[in-house]
Amino acid sequence: MTTDAHATSFGLPHRKLAMWVFIGSECMFFGSLIATYLAYEDRSLVGPMPAEILNIPLTSVSTFVLLMSSLAMVLFLDGVQRNARTAARAWNAAVIGLGVLFLAGQVYEFRHFYHEGLTLQQNLFGATFFVLTGFHGAHVTVGVIWMTALLVLQFLGRLGPERSLDVEVAGLYWHFVDVVWIVIFTLIYLIQ
Amino acid sequence: MAEDSTLEAHEGGHAARSTYWIIAVVLAMITVLEVAVFYVPAIRGVIVPVLLVLSAAKFVLVAMFFMHLKYDSPVLTVVLSVGLVVATAIILAIMFLFGAIGRGTI
Repeated sequence: MTTDAHATSFGLPHRKLAMWVFIGSECMFFGSLIATYLAYEDRSLVGPMPAEILNIPLTSVSTFVLLMSSLAMVLFLDGVQRNARTAARAWNAAVIGLGVLFLAGQVYEFRHFYHEGLTLQQNLFGATFFVLTGFHGAHVTVGVIWMTALLVLQFLGRLGPERSLDVEVAGLYWHFVDVVWIVIFTLIYLIQ
Repeated sequence: MAEDSTLEAHEGGHAARSTYWIIAVVLAMITVLEVAVFYVPAIRGVIVPVLLVLSAAKFVLVAMFFMHLKYDSPVLTVVLSVGLVVATAIILAIMFLFGAIGRGTI
């Protein structure tokens, strides 16, 4: 299979166009969750409230980690396209490692919030916050699993330049998860 | 890395590796600026528009360079734009319906 196989009438590969359509639909999905959070964030009758509990320094580091994972992702794709196997493996491993690090930060944050009394049922802030960030975390988890599968293919020698579209499509998903976090970080954490 | 500067549009129109590094540094600097803005009390009055502009800048940089929209078919930009326009409409409609706009949320 080559990168030009199964082109659409736009001259684009089917899978690439399909991923972009999926990303467009995901914009609407996360838009709904963000809107719900913004509509309810200051309507909680009991605490904890966002200003009391959100940890900006921790989340800033998580944001930096996810941004750098996007850099690793494009360098992973670049390595596959150049058939630089060692570099491609290293950058894919970096994507996975940074993704896991981001998830670890989210698990730490959720546990901390739970011990501070913020649960899914505690108030409107808790319900909308956990649903929004939880769905984002689930997307990161899917991305980590996807990248791990690609890493296995790399070690089996089955991810050469002729299959760079596979990596490009996975990369589009990963970058989208990154840009969603860019929006969440600003609207939920910094604008309180 | 020397060859990178001459490879501005290789392999189907993707950016050079040096460009990716520069974009990553810019993204990191914008993030630092965002956090700095959050902690400066003097600009509390304009913090929302400033943060929205900085966030939009990061979004655009990732979409253009890391997701290759700058080098790819305009059709893909249209597909993403439609999703973003509908998402923005959803956010504004829900916030309007729940009275969040003008209440201080955003």
